[in-house]
Amino acid sequence: MDFTLRKVNVKDTQKLTEQLHELFFTQPLAVLSTAGNGQPYSNLIAFAASDDLQDLIFATTRATRKYTNIKNNARVSLLIDNRSNSVSDFHNAMAVTSTGTVSEIPEDEKTVFLTTYLRKHPHLEEFVMSPTCALMKMKVEKYYVVRRFQNVMVLQIE
Amino acid sequence: MMSFVIPLENITEHDQEYLGGKAYSLGVLLASGLSVPPGLCISSNAYDTYVRTTGLMERISMELNRKDFHDMRWEEMWDASLRIRNMFLNTPMPLALVSQFKEPIERTFKDRPVAVRSSAPGEDSAKVTFAGIHETYMNVRGVYSIIEHIRLVWASLWADGALLYRQEMGLDVTTSSMAVLIQELVCGEKSGVVFGENPNDKSQAVIESVYGLNQGLVDGTVEPDRWILDRESGRVISHHAVRREHIVALSSTGVHLETLPPEKREIPPLKDDEVACVYDLARKSQEVFGCPQDVEWTFQNDTLYLLQSRPITTLSRERSPDDRSWYLTLRRSFLNLKKLREKIENDLIPDMVAVAEELSRKDCASLGDNELGDEILRRSRIYDSWEQSYWRYFIPFAHGMRLFGQVYNDTVRPVDPFEFMDLLATSDLISLRRNAMLENMADLVRKENSLARALKEHGDISGFTEFTGLMDRFVDTFGDLSCGAADCAYGRDSLLQVVRELAIRPPGKAQDNIDDAGELTQDFLSLFDGEMRDFAAEILDIARASYRLRDDDNIYLGRIKRQMILARKEGMNRLQRRGMQLPLSITDQDLARALNDPGYVPQPSEEIEGGDMIRPLRLKARQLTGQPASRGVVTGIARVLEDADDLLRFKAGEIMVCDALDPNMTFIVPLAAGIVERRGGMLIHGAIIAREYSLPCVTGVPDATVLIQTGNQITVDGYLGIVVLA
Repeated sequence: MDFTLRKVNVKDTQKLTEQLHELFFTQPLAVLSTAGNGQPYSNLIAFAASDDLQDLIFATTRATRKYTNIKNNARVSLLIDNRSNSVSDFHNAMAVTSTGTVSEIPEDEKTVFLTTYLRKHPHLEEFVMSPTCALMKMKVEKYYVVRRFQNVMVLQIE
Repeated sequence: MMSFVIPLENITEHDQEYLGGKAYSLGVLLASGLSVPPGLCISSNAYDTYVRTTGLMERISMELNRKDFHDMRWEEMWDASLRIRNMFLNTPMPLALVSQFKEPIERTFKDRPVAVRSSAPGEDSAKVTFAGIHETYMNVRGVYSIIEHIRLVWASLWADGALLYRQEMGLDVTTSSMAVLIQELVCGEKSGVVFGENPNDKSQAVIESVYGLNQGLVDGTVEPDRWILDRESGRVISHHAVRREHIVALSSTGVHLETLPPEKREIPPLKDDEVACVYDLARKSQEVFGCPQDVEWTFQNDTLYLLQSRPITTLSRERSPDDRSWYLTLRRSFLNLKKLREKIENDLIPDMVAVAEELSRKDCASLGDNELGDEILRRSRIYDSWEQSYWRYFIPFAHGMRLFGQVYNDTVRPVDPFEFMDLLATSDLISLRRNAMLENMADLVRKENSLARALKEHGDISGFTEFTGLMDRFVDTFGDLSCGAADCAYGRDSLLQVVRELAIRPPGKAQDNIDDAGELTQDFLSLFDGEMRDFAAEILDIARASYRLRDDDNIYLGRIKRQMILARKEGMNRLQRRGMQLPLSITDQDLARALNDPGYVPQPSEEIEGGDMIRPLRLKARQLTGQPASRGVVTGIARVLEDADDLLRFKAGEIMVCDALDPNMTFIVPLAAGIVERRGGMLIHGAIIAREYSLPCVTGVPDATVLIQTGNQITVDGYLGIVVLA
């Protein structure tokens, strides 16, 4: 009988974190799900991630349904994936579902988040700078990482 | 678009990359005037078309990406390979391809028998030969059967051996491909191989020859006569004759082994002038290719045919610095398995039983310190030698199940490639017999409240004679619950504890699969006629023995190990009584020396600690993928087996999570609601036992015992091979 344990290496967590950085860097768009009156609602947004993976940043005008939903219920989910929408996705693709709460970034904190956001989406400068547009920050609690079709790991963000 | 089918005589240099080395070389040799049997090549483009148009390519990708290749054991590669092979078997050739193949195959071969061979690009490169990893099918007749076998040869691109050497072979689902060579079968009276240069001595050449077909020589079933020649002059330096007993000949389908007629036994297969002819063939082939060749040949009616020619490789697989070449030797032929079984059943097992008995008769407690030291060393030597036999004979015999699985799938073409295991589950496993006896004891506890109370309060049970009688019989038959770990040879208390726990849950036993298996067996055998039915019955019988032994061998070995542990324990106890602090990992040598020499104090060995290995804090598994080893689904509380005591802590209804389930741990399986195992495989002990008890089981979950923790609520999905953590 062999009770030898192969302890999971710290490196596994590091490796996963690196993969998340890579994914968040290469994917411009993600699917945001909000809820309004019990009705889930999804749309595509352009996002960026903070270096420590604690925050996901996106922008929206205040007249949108997603903005209204968030104002009433800050809990959201954001799906980021690298699917090519072809059959090879079943063994190749990686999908990350993040959950957490969203808030609008106040003016005095805006600079650093804006820099991060525009570094990734320079063409959105005009849109973000508009007075009608809000820069939003999602405080991530968990990342659910799906690979190899059915392997799911949860990364808890403290 | 180039044609998918190219006759050997039309091969040009341009075709090389689509036809693989084997077919291309034969085309070149034919053009240079050597006698090569007529043949057709199916270009690798046909393979590409097949896997792309049928969607097989993605299914292969998914199968091979279930987990990281580095986490895959060889057994899991075999499992993956079997699943892929079944995908090929169940995916018909598109009509567009059939119509391209049909006419040239019919025209070239009519109803004559052919060999269908692999010709993979890179298979016979000059650096490493992978000959034998891919399949060759002999004696195939008729256009539709030939087309069937093209698919089987294609499937062998993903053979277990190929997966083992995937890096060296550059195996890649999106780019790898396979050409096929269909060759008229020349039914030679004598055949062999010639090495234009002896790999061990460059001044020599070597010829090996057998009566009949080459198959027997190539797979090692028939021992060949061997001639060593001087390369320069072609002079014979020596001839090594062997006992000639067998010959491989054509049967109605395929080939089989026959006894060599007595009149041929005394005569070498080659006459002197024929030896010269064969050597001349190697020289001619070398002239064509510019380097020494390894040539397969056959003589039919005095014509010498060249069957195959490839460069002699300098780097052989046998010298590769890992154990992969050993895994390749585990693929045993039917004949080899038959011989192995005889040895195991008639010699090895009776010897193991006798050795364990002999050891158990010697009471270690009655020995003096010096004698005990010697006895510890003796037992350790005995155990080591049996452990070697285990690897040498028992492990390879497990291939019996695999070989049967392949025959079953080829014939029945089931949707589930592991259906064949259902036919094997009629076997009488020792670990199940042991569990049945435990269950009988538990039954008595369920019926007798006073007995249950006595057990619970650790009171006197001597008055319950039926129970104690059963218990004595159990210990006589199986020893106590020794589980084979260094610190674990349980006493009767542990046995009572397990029985008590068993009695808490409702009675249960291993499923009676015999009716199902009987029906499946009849269905299977009815697919064969005449001599083939005998063959099918025989291979099923071997598979059942293999299934049974896969389990029982560990128990026989466990009995010897237990005697070794008992001697060690006695030694440890004595030294501890002298006040010595002893590490559990103390070697037998140190133990014996300390017993012999009161002044000697063993030094603790350095404990190896994994440097930055820690339990993950922020990373948690939610869903883990493994192999669906036994069907069913269950949700329950996990108990991770980290040391021997966890076996005794196991509560009825928990889910067992372990690194590797050993037959010596099987006694707690009846308590379990499901099994999760780190070690992967569909034919391993955990999978076999789980099926016997109809428990959902997932094997091959990387880091299972770390990612899952005792107390976690988990769901074991034995249909899809996934484990979900709540």
